[in-house]
Amino acid sequence: MQIKQISVFLENNAGRLADVTKVLAEAAINIRAISIADTADFGILRLIVDKSDAAISALNKAAFTTRLTDVVAVEIGDTPGCLAKVMELFQKSKVNIEYLYASLEGKVGKAVVIFKLENLEQGLKIITDNGLSMVDKF
Amino acid sequence: MIFNPEHECMSTEARKKLQLANLKNLVEKLYTDVPFYRKKMDALGITSRDIHTLEDIEKLPFTTKDDLRENYPRGMLACPKDRIVEVHMSSGTTGKPVVDEYTQKDIDIWREAMARTLAGGGCTKDDIVQNCYGYGLFTGGPGAHYGAMNIGAEVLPMSSGNTARQLMVMQDFGTTMLTCTPSYALYMAEEAAEAGVDLKTLPLNKGCFGAEPWSENMRKEIEARYGMKAYDIYGLTEIIGPGVAFECEAQEGLHVNEDLFYPEIINPETGKHVPRGEKGELVFTTLTKEGTPLLRYRTRDITYFMDEPCSCGRTTVRMHRLFGRTDDMLIIRGVNVFPSQIEHALFGIEGTEPQYLIVVNRGDTHLDEVELQVEVKQEFFSDETKKLEALRTKIEGVMKSKLQIGLKVKLVEPKTIERSIGKAKRVIDNRKI
Repeated sequence: MQIKQISVFLENNAGRLADVTKVLAEAAINIRAISIADTADFGILRLIVDKSDAAISALNKAAFTTRLTDVVAVEIGDTPGCLAKVMELFQKSKVNIEYLYASLEGKVGKAVVIFKLENLEQGLKIITDNGLSMVDKF
Repeated sequence: MIFNPEHECMSTEARKKLQLANLKNLVEKLYTDVPFYRKKMDALGITSRDIHTLEDIEKLPFTTKDDLRENYPRGMLACPKDRIVEVHMSSGTTGKPVVDEYTQKDIDIWREAMARTLAGGGCTKDDIVQNCYGYGLFTGGPGAHYGAMNIGAEVLPMSSGNTARQLMVMQDFGTTMLTCTPSYALYMAEEAAEAGVDLKTLPLNKGCFGAEPWSENMRKEIEARYGMKAYDIYGLTEIIGPGVAFECEAQEGLHVNEDLFYPEIINPETGKHVPRGEKGELVFTTLTKEGTPLLRYRTRDITYFMDEPCSCGRTTVRMHRLFGRTDDMLIIRGVNVFPSQIEHALFGIEGTEPQYLIVVNRGDTHLDEVELQVEVKQEFFSDETKKLEALRTKIEGVMKSKLQIGLKVKLVEPKTIERSIGKAKRVIDNRKI
């Protein structure tokens, strides 16, 4: 049960990130999870939003370079060791993680970690086989 | 030291007489032996009989780089092939290379021109010349080599690169004169500083630098770091290689070897001579060459003539150090680069738009630093940095192999490089030459 992540190409220019958030604000889109991967020259902004389609169309209209990617959002306990357990499962099955970032969910005592997996199907199987719960709605 | 006082200190009148006689011979020879020139002269209705004074050179046709490319490989040859003893050519990165074929007499002319050039920088038979211009088809290495040998100096034919070994040889053999591109000279100075070698304590006290534009400040920097005198030299494959013009100890403009290479300055738009002392495009006619002589070759280099007598005693005309070029060619670390080459290379790389911007800076290291901004195709954009990094590395690799220089590639968003309706602005050159 994967969810859609929006990636936005950002040159390292002042104000570029502000432009993105402004476009999303004007389209009344709520950002649920956000992360930036940066290199010396450019950044890749990764977003999970409540309305992906509307967000993509608003961003493209504003001439941003975007891409939709399948990721999985796993709900874990907000206590020490919870992430370690998930990582151990992936490690044992040799599921490579391209990147991950965390999001705050409303539920008390819970956290959501977003994974971009090299082999999505295999990852999903491990998650379901081990009774981990996934978030599919933001 | 003046290598050839008879020719370098000639009276203007005597020189003009010599130039005119040689020009007439050249025109006659080109008409007879080179169909390319015969066609051009027939089209203008000109023969050698129309050349009565040096000013009549304006009646003759120009030669351009495109002409030379179209006549690759041997269409410009003006003598039987078996008289050719050596060939040099440009890298040909922008298309067909430009070829210079030398008879033994041409090599002798080159030896003479380069001996005058190195002597202008103080070279004598007692010098040990470390020649770090590249050897090969490039004219730099062999040109300086021949010149130094003609003077009777000792030559260390190092070619460029392997800086650690350059420094070792410099110290162990007591190099007294350095010949290389000015940016390589500075690069070596930095490496020397890092290795704890104090260049100022070495016997090295002079150098002749060329093959790329450089500034007065760069000269001061080289002179300070080495504790030497640094001289500017000028030349181009089309004419003979290095040795066309050189600075003397006065360091005020470059003396043109004008008994060998007849210089003109024209308005690049109209093709007409500009008033003496005004800036324009430099044009050369090879008065005495046999292999591939050229009539009125348009160099695209911008300069002006300085007629005032020079304190060194030479009577040859001087040209100011170059101001730039009439075309969009960039000289990056001594390598000629046209923006069109970059465009051509980009077309072959998946994931990029043929939209680019070249930003050239001369950094703290005094080496040219080139940033190539390239637009990433929308479809190629990835959520993973490694894929974009791989694209960048790939572009850098392609550019390195096609242009022979290292560029730093910066990926930018699609549609962000400014589009223009006429001629696109592809280059921002921030170098202060």
